[in-house]
Amino acid sequence: MNFLTFLVNYRGEILSRTLEHLLLVAAAMLAAVLVGIPLGIALVRRQNLRRWVLGTANVIQTIPSLALFGFLIPVPFLGGIGARTAIVALALYALLPILRNTYTGIAGVDPAVLESARGMGMTQAQILWDVQLPLSIAVILAGVRVAMIICIGVATIAAAIGAGGLGVFIFRGVAMVSNSVILAGAIPAALLAIGVDLILGLVEKKLTPTA
Amino acid sequence: MNPAPATASSTHGLAVEMRNVGFCLGKRQIVSGVTFRVAHGETLVLLGRSGTGKTTTLKLINRLLETTSGEIFIEGRPQLEWDPIRLRRRIGYVIQDVGLFPHWTVEQNVAMVPRLEAWSEARVGQRVREMLELVGLDVAKFSARKPSELSGGQRQRVGVARALAADPPILLMDEPFGALDPVTRAELQREFCELAKRLEKAIIFVTHDLREALLIGTHIGLFTEGRLAGTYEPEEFLRSKDAEARAFVDSLGAGEIWDKGSPQITSTRRKA
Repeated sequence: MNFLTFLVNYRGEILSRTLEHLLLVAAAMLAAVLVGIPLGIALVRRQNLRRWVLGTANVIQTIPSLALFGFLIPVPFLGGIGARTAIVALALYALLPILRNTYTGIAGVDPAVLESARGMGMTQAQILWDVQLPLSIAVILAGVRVAMIICIGVATIAAAIGAGGLGVFIFRGVAMVSNSVILAGAIPAALLAIGVDLILGLVEKKLTPTA
Repeated sequence: MNPAPATASSTHGLAVEMRNVGFCLGKRQIVSGVTFRVAHGETLVLLGRSGTGKTTTLKLINRLLETTSGEIFIEGRPQLEWDPIRLRRRIGYVIQDVGLFPHWTVEQNVAMVPRLEAWSEARVGQRVREMLELVGLDVAKFSARKPSELSGGQRQRVGVARALAADPPILLMDEPFGALDPVTRAELQREFCELAKRLEKAIIFVTHDLREALLIGTHIGLFTEGRLAGTYEPEEFLRSKDAEARAFVDSLGAGEIWDKGSPQITSTRRKA
């Protein structure tokens, strides 16, 4: 069976696995952004927490993905077999680039700009929303992009703990020694990564204020 | 030596008063025992070498730093009774690095405090035009530009326009012309001097340049080691016997005198 006929025959499952994959990534990214960006902002104001939080995120990043999925299975509430565990693991992987870039971006805003903002009577909230975030949005979004690519890649492993996604084809293909089946998972995953990256690139361009 | 620049009768016109003010960072005393008064229409220049506490003193006024001893009165009211945000919006602030918002146009930068104060858009537009004209920038040409499209001198003009936009009675300036080339600096100093005379604001101006101090100040406060060593009128400063004052005068170069008649420094005997 050649690869093309394989694709045509399996187009339904490829599509549904891709969707599954996207949902895993989207849920994980949503959690990582909701935690990572506020936490990154908080680290700028509380320098004493910085080493601990960034250190912890660094350590998580170094755990091999299969091991992280494995570790999470026995954890109550977060773990178990299935999508929930996968989402938690993916969110943990996505956390570091988002956290680090948010911190770097906000901390990198010109101190003279902050001093004049404060000196002229902007409140903390106004400084955050009108000055710090617009001036660091490009750096923050760059972190989100990296996190997104990592997530799409690592999510293929999620199939190992029964979370579905495009990894299902890859594991099945390895078991069947069938390149066609492996590629049916690997190619859509790669295309997904490229496509999402392009879209985020456009968003980044749109949101970045021209200096 | 004159410890109280403001005339005794003008208490109601008093904009900023410091009484024995000190500031320490941890165990280090940065500023101590600073006392001065500045009335509307006066310009007090804080002159001193680097690291003598001039900038710190300036930041104590708009509460970018909090005093650790003594009292400050703003417009006759104890500073601590003011809401810090309200206080700062009544005090214009210009710093050497300008600190324009790079993602905003000139118009948005100048309109910043009026918009924070929720002025009507018509009034904001009117005010921005007035301010840009005041600092000598062509409204049509510059309104829509971003700070990155301006020269250093133009940026500082926008900085001054922004500080004056909400018509604050008090203006704090921290070496505003320090980073400019000598020609532009002289130009801005001259223009600012004219502006200060018209505006009737209380201006506190930090510099380490005696020429600038003489040109702009109605009074000069000399800082040494975190203390205000004395407050002088410009001619008085030149005659002062104080060692630090002499050191500053000597730095101007021998033979130069201050001609009060015209606002510039004339040299009667140029050094070879």
